[in-house]
Amino acid sequence: MAEPSKPYGLIAEFDNTTDVLHAAEKVRDAGFRRWDVFTPFPIHGMDRAMGLKNSKVGWFAFLGGATGYTTGMLMIWWMNAVDYPILVGGKPMFSPFGAFPPSYELTILFGAFGAVFGMLFLNRLPRLHHPLLKHRRFAQVTHDKFYIVIETSDPKYSPDATRKLLEAAGARHIELVEE
Amino acid sequence: MAEVAANIPVPPTPPELMREPLVRNNRSFAWISDRVAAITEGKAPAWWWAAFIPSFALLCLLVAMLAYQISTGVGVWGNNHPVMWGWDIINFVWWIGIGHAGTLISAILFLLRQRWRTAVNRAAEAMTIFAVMCAGIFPAMHVGRVWFDWWLFPIPNFQGLWPQFRSPLMWDVFAVSTYFTVSVLFWYVGLIPDLATLRDRAKTRLRQFIYGVLALGWTGSNRHWSNYEKAYLILAGLSTPLVLSVHSIVSLDFAVSQLPGWHTTIFPPYFVAGAIFSGFGMVLTLLIPLRSMCKLEDIITMRHIDVMCKVTLATGSIVGYAYGMEFFIAWYSGSLYERFAFINRALGPYWWGYWLMIICNVVVPQLFWFKRVRHTLWVVFILSILVNVGMWFERFVIVVISLHREFLPANWGYFKPTWVDICTYLGTFGLFFTCFLLFLRFLPMIAISEVKGVTPQADPHHPLAKPNGGHHG
Repeated sequence: MAEPSKPYGLIAEFDNTTDVLHAAEKVRDAGFRRWDVFTPFPIHGMDRAMGLKNSKVGWFAFLGGATGYTTGMLMIWWMNAVDYPILVGGKPMFSPFGAFPPSYELTILFGAFGAVFGMLFLNRLPRLHHPLLKHRRFAQVTHDKFYIVIETSDPKYSPDATRKLLEAAGARHIELVEE
Repeated sequence: MAEVAANIPVPPTPPELMREPLVRNNRSFAWISDRVAAITEGKAPAWWWAAFIPSFALLCLLVAMLAYQISTGVGVWGNNHPVMWGWDIINFVWWIGIGHAGTLISAILFLLRQRWRTAVNRAAEAMTIFAVMCAGIFPAMHVGRVWFDWWLFPIPNFQGLWPQFRSPLMWDVFAVSTYFTVSVLFWYVGLIPDLATLRDRAKTRLRQFIYGVLALGWTGSNRHWSNYEKAYLILAGLSTPLVLSVHSIVSLDFAVSQLPGWHTTIFPPYFVAGAIFSGFGMVLTLLIPLRSMCKLEDIITMRHIDVMCKVTLATGSIVGYAYGMEFFIAWYSGSLYERFAFINRALGPYWWGYWLMIICNVVVPQLFWFKRVRHTLWVVFILSILVNVGMWFERFVIVVISLHREFLPANWGYFKPTWVDICTYLGTFGLFFTCFLLFLRFLPMIAISEVKGVTPQADPHHPLAKPNGGHHG
C-alpha cells in the first residue's frame, strides 16, 4: 500500500449488456483465468459466457439444514427425556412428532445461516478494501455501467495484447487500475 | 445458438397480447437508481415529517404502556377469567399475519418466477420485519413477569429446568424467532447490492462509511453474483416452507387445545390464507400512498396494484370458504358444544364482531372481481384497510368468543378491553410506522438491482439492450 503504482489490472468499460456479454465470451475463449465481469445486476447467461461452474452455496445450506434438524431432535430428546424428564399428561418423554416442529424450524434457521454465510465465505466478503473500489469510474458499476477487469497477475496478461483484445471486444474506455 | 435463433422469423406480438411492462416509459438503469436513491438523499419531505411525528408519539405511548404494565402487572389488561387471552393474543396473531405477505412476495413469488414482485418485495419485506417486531411484544409481555422470558429459550437456568417441548407454545417460540431471523437475513442479502449503490452515490464521509460497511465491499463481480443468486434462491426455497409453517404453528396454539371453536383441523391452512390476505391488505395500504408520495408510479404500476388486488381476492375467498366449512363441520360433528360455539359466534353477545368479520373478510374483497374497483386507487386503499379491520375481528372472534363461553355455564363471562389494552395496541402502530418511515429515509425502498434486472434492456438478447448497434453475430 505504501509503495506507489503497482498495477492491479486492466479495466474496460461497456455501455450495455449485449457488448459486455460478448466481450466476456471473447475473454473466456482467450483463456484468461484471473478476470471478472462487474455489473449493476446479474446478467442472464453471464455465468456461461464466463465459463463459471454451478455455485457451491447449496452445499453450505444443506449442511446447515442437516445440522439444524439433528440439533433440534437431539436437544429436545436430551432436555425432555434425559436431563430433566417430566411426565406431562401421560405423553411419552420423547416423541419425534412433538419434537418435529421446533426441529423443522431449526432446519430452516441453520440452512439459511449456511446459505448466507456460505455465500459470504465463497465471495470472500466482507472485504472493504479493494483496488477497484478506489477507482473513480468504477463507482458507476452499481449505477448503469458494465466492466471487465483482467488482472495483471493472470499468466496470459500482456499490457498491449490484452488491451487490444478488450478494444476489439467493443470496450468504450480502457484504463489501468493501480493496486 | 444466437445465429440459429436469428434465422427463425419471429412475428411481432399482437398488441392485445402485450403485457403492460414492469417498468413503464422505458426507464433507463440510471433513472431507476436515481429515482429510488433520491428518496434517501436530501432533506426529508414535509409529508415524511407529518407521518413521522405522530408515529413517534404513538411509539412513546407504547413505551409508556409497557412500562406501566411491567411495573404494575398484567392485571392492567382486560384479560380475566374466563377470557384469559384477550387483545394481547389477538394483536399478536394479527401482526404476525400481516408479516406473511412480505415473505410470500419475497419467497413464494420468487420461486414462481412472478417478476412483478421485484417492485414491491423490499417494502413488503420491511413490513414483515416490523410487523413481527410488533407481534413479538405481545407474547413476551403477556407472560406477566417479563424478566423470566428467557426461560422460553433452551438456556440453562438455576433450576436445571428445560423448556417443555410438547407444548405448541414452545413450537411457537421457535417458529416466530426463526421467522424473524430468516426474514432479516433475506432482507439484508437483498439489500447488499443496493447498499453498494448508496455507497457509490454517497456525498458525505458519514454516508460513505455507513453504507460502505453495510455493503460489505460489494463490487458487483459476476463471480459474486453467481454465488449470490444461488444463496438468494436457497433462501427463497427455505422461506417458503417457513412462512407456511409459522402461521400453521400459531394456529396450533389454538387447535391443539380441546376448546370448541379452537379444536379444528382446518386451522393451519385457514390461518395461512388469512395471514396472506391481511398482509396483502397492508401492502396495498402502504404502497398506494407511497407510490405517489415518492413518485414511483413507473415502478409500482397499476399492473402491480391490480395483481395484488387479485391475490387479496383469492385469499379472501379461501378465508370465506374456511368460515363456511367451520360451520359445516360444527354441525356435521354432532358435538353439542361445537354447535353451540358456532351458533353463539353468529348470534351470541358478540354477534357484532362476527358480522363485522364476515362483511370485511368475505363480502368486501369480492368487489375486487371488478376491474373498475381494482383500478380506482382510493377505493382499493379503503378496501385494503377494511381487510385488516376484518382480520383483526377474525382473531377477536377466535380468541374472545371461543373463550367467553365454556363447558360450565358458571364459568361464562364477558370480556371488555381496558384503556391500557387499547393504548398498547395503538402504540404498536407507532413502532411499526416509526420503523417503516425510518426505513424509507435510510434504505432503498425498491430493490434497485432487481428492478434493473427485469427491464427489457437488461436482457442481452433484447433489441433494446443495444439501441443503435445492429444485430450481434
